[in-house]
Amino acid sequence: MEGQRGLLTAANAAARAIGLVPGMTVAQAQALVPDLQILDAEPDADRAALEKLARWSLRRYAPIIAPDPPDGLMLDITGAAHAFGGPEGVLHDLIQRLAEVGTAARAICAPTYGAAHALARYGADSLRVVDPLDFAAAIGALPIAALRLDDDMVLTLGRLGLETIADLEAMPRASLALRFGSAPGQRLDQAFGRLAEPFEPIQPPEPITVERRFAEPIGAPETLARYTGKLVDELTRRLEEEGVGARRLDLSFHRVDNRIEAIRAGLAKPSRDRTQMTRLLCDRLETVHPGFGIERMQLTVPLAEPLTFHMVSNLGEAPVPDVAALVDLLGNRIGEGRLFRVAARESDIPERSVARIAPMSDPTEIRWPAAWPRPTRLFARPEPVDTMALLPDHPPVHFVWRGVRRRVTRADGPERIYGEWHLSDAEFLGVRDYFQVEDETGARYWLFRNGDGMDSATGGQGWFLHGLFA
Amino acid sequence: MTERGPRPHLTTLRARIARIEGAERRSSGTLPFGLDAIDRRLPGGGLALGALHEVAGGAQGATDAAAAALFAAGILARVKGKILWCMTQSDLFAPALALAGLDPDRVIYVEARDETSLLSCFEEGLRHGGLGGVIAEAARLSMTASRRLQLAAESTGTIGIAIRRWRRAAEASDFGQPTAAATRWRVTSVPTVPLPVPGVGRPRWFVELIRCRAGESADFLVEGCDATGHLALPADLADRSAASQAWLQRAAS
Repeated sequence: MEGQRGLLTAANAAARAIGLVPGMTVAQAQALVPDLQILDAEPDADRAALEKLARWSLRRYAPIIAPDPPDGLMLDITGAAHAFGGPEGVLHDLIQRLAEVGTAARAICAPTYGAAHALARYGADSLRVVDPLDFAAAIGALPIAALRLDDDMVLTLGRLGLETIADLEAMPRASLALRFGSAPGQRLDQAFGRLAEPFEPIQPPEPITVERRFAEPIGAPETLARYTGKLVDELTRRLEEEGVGARRLDLSFHRVDNRIEAIRAGLAKPSRDRTQMTRLLCDRLETVHPGFGIERMQLTVPLAEPLTFHMVSNLGEAPVPDVAALVDLLGNRIGEGRLFRVAARESDIPERSVARIAPMSDPTEIRWPAAWPRPTRLFARPEPVDTMALLPDHPPVHFVWRGVRRRVTRADGPERIYGEWHLSDAEFLGVRDYFQVEDETGARYWLFRNGDGMDSATGGQGWFLHGLFA
Repeated sequence: MTERGPRPHLTTLRARIARIEGAERRSSGTLPFGLDAIDRRLPGGGLALGALHEVAGGAQGATDAAAAALFAAGILARVKGKILWCMTQSDLFAPALALAGLDPDRVIYVEARDETSLLSCFEEGLRHGGLGGVIAEAARLSMTASRRLQLAAESTGTIGIAIRRWRRAAEASDFGQPTAAATRWRVTSVPTVPLPVPGVGRPRWFVELIRCRAGESADFLVEGCDATGHLALPADLADRSAASQAWLQRAAS
């Protein structure tokens, strides 16, 4: 959607099928389809996403790639296609991967950029590798609009009876230039490969790297630690110049016998704090085997994010050290997945009401309801227990858990929890009735009956111990 | 009940010892329980902040440490800042901690592979200084390890709570071994008084202060944590203690 009139700028395949085309006003489109879903156009976001896609393809397909706004990507796969078994392989892989993330795409491989551009947008096939020998015939049948000329010129040419590229090609070049300037001729030549069309490829982001070579190989742990500190010093200066902070650090040690030992450290937040980075790296130095000595150390930042200065105030309370540094240290020591926070999820099923999130995530919104008792320990698998209970909604009189018979003195319940039918058909009728019971020693348990005590469709009516209260 | 009423000599002596110790030890203040019965048994009128404390469960709680965990959560619900919770078994259910007043956004969990890395995470957390408190569910805690933890806690003023939890009930005898912790607690669930209606009431814990540096051991019967992490005296006991005090006054006069 754009402008005050509200024009459609893009329409997906389903919309096109019912007659909506870009350029139509929103009012008209809504008249055609009353419950039309309209999203605001975000050209900047589109361009950024295209750029991101280009960077991703750069790592995967070919070294010369440029985004072609608003909706295209140019890949020069000359000499790069063999890794995928030829140009078809590249196109199939590209389409497949885009489809996996829900993007419909057309891919054409042609000898010239102009031809590929035209066929991708106006051709009949959505995936085609055009034979270099007869690509002239393939693009000749396409409308003139495919030539990347401006709309007025396409309209005027149409009025003159020139519909296809072949028609335009047949025209004498001199009169064409006299009437329309050099543009049609240039575009034709570019499409047929008579005129070179270089494009400016995007540059792969150069990782920030610092290194140090040693005339004499080093090997002592203290020496390694000292030079790690020096490299980090140098790195923080570079990071500051670039205005970024490191999210990941790779420190590689090149040994004299041509083996490389490496340490990788991750950071939860972008940082260029010297002490923190040195600590993270030196913490792992013991995993490095220097062998006969190390002749080169290289510190790279494969992942960096913008980091700007922020104001701190020394009025009031003393600043507390940032917890992120601790999270990094522990995460690098015991594994990042082992550090987490627990957030509430909107589910009544106890085991689904909690989710692990990254330790430095933003504050969460939802909370568990405070009205229902929840046990301090929850078993990963509810343990079956033998009980004696009156049906349908009485708590057990006693139950046997881990070989010990426990007499129930007090109980509260049932708290009925229904299966999540919207997640799985198997849970459609499922019911759990939870009871909080106390035995004669004062220990409290969270028992549930799988089923409502009446109808066998709601569950097997067996009793389980799911957790322990304090 | 050996001690009844304040003893001035003991108090001055303790103050002198504290001054001598204070030369090398930074005091970070205390965190009162808000229950006079407990607070007056603790030096400084509350749980020392820059120190290591040990909590274990009694009876069946030695293996599940459910009451001990909630007791510790209630303490840390009343301090400011993020909490690091280190464990090796991942059966802690966060909604229960939220019910004791510990907001889920405040707690960072560490699931350590073994006891050794658990203790190293515990110590790093205490040394960091940016946390409100650190909890670790540890089975073994040697004198050396506990002394390191205690020093780390002292250096930053962060409160550390070691929840002692054993895989087997028989291993709980380990709790008799000395450690450098400032206090040592045992929390046992006991039967609650029947309510006038069917149902279960607020949990009741028998809290034993087994060891207390510069203090004496004691035991208390309390009701479990409320939504702000506070313990309470059971209503019937509160009444009874008032009655017994009245009796004492009568006997004295």
